[in-house]
Amino acid sequence: MVTLSLREGTLTAVLRGDIDHHSASQMRTEIDRAVRGAAVRLLVLDFSQVTFMDSSGIGLVMGRYKLMSELGGEVAVADPPAYIARVMRLSGLDRLCRIVSIAQPIVQTEVIHNAEK
Amino acid sequence: MPKSKLACLSETTVTFTAVSENEAFARACVSSFISRLDPLVSELAEVKTAVSEAVTNCVVHAYRGVPDGRITMLIRLFPDRRIYIRIRDFGCGIADVPRAMQPLFTTAPEEERAGLGFAVMESFTDRLTVKSTVGRGTTLVMVKTLREREAAEPSPKSRRKLRTGEPMLR
Repeated sequence: MVTLSLREGTLTAVLRGDIDHHSASQMRTEIDRAVRGAAVRLLVLDFSQVTFMDSSGIGLVMGRYKLMSELGGEVAVADPPAYIARVMRLSGLDRLCRIVSIAQPIVQTEVIHNAEK
Repeated sequence: MPKSKLACLSETTVTFTAVSENEAFARACVSSFISRLDPLVSELAEVKTAVSEAVTNCVVHAYRGVPDGRITMLIRLFPDRRIYIRIRDFGCGIADVPRAMQPLFTTAPEEERAGLGFAVMESFTDRLTVKSTVGRGTTLVMVKTLREREAAEPSPKSRRKLRTGEPMLR
């Protein structure tokens, strides 16, 4: 399930529940429709409500990274739970896009994965 | 007492069709079945992820375009906290297993498959073996020993076993 909100060129997609091959395709469709329907410069994928993720989630982020690159924008991943952050690092996803905390507004993002490098 | 002589504590086999809804079903099965071993939250997440990757491979690759393909999952628990999971399909099989297991290799990029399924299974279990015959199907075995509940680290014994590459199951 995805909740989308657009504000000043930033589209925030709050992903909820399990992300697997089954749910990822629906999330992908909803996010892409919103991205193409507005002038989006930054896509924030909020993982804070995600309860499970396998490599389908990596594919989901990589696909949105590709789309946003084509459109001249960027992607950030926000607040993944510790275990999901581990899968993301394992895949090298943290080298493709920022992993941020959005406890503060996204314009003042705090980069939280630098310590790992 | 040699570990390999231990009888299994419990065993179950579930059979389900190769539809994507059953990825969540397989995860639910494995998490409830191993709950009696009281796994750590991280261990449970690792096992669920490994199973999810394996079942997704069956749905996406083994039975591509075959709606009623069968997947069987056998789970055995041992008193020494070992979990043995065998996932079997009767689909197309894998011609080149080592190549399929390479990180980032995928035959389904249009579905945004990252090619990381086997890499995730390998890193989240202690042992992964894949046997496949083209046209007959694929059998995948994953073994993982859960940590003792009191200890923060895996027991030295299980570590030694892994290093020597000795079979953990007979």
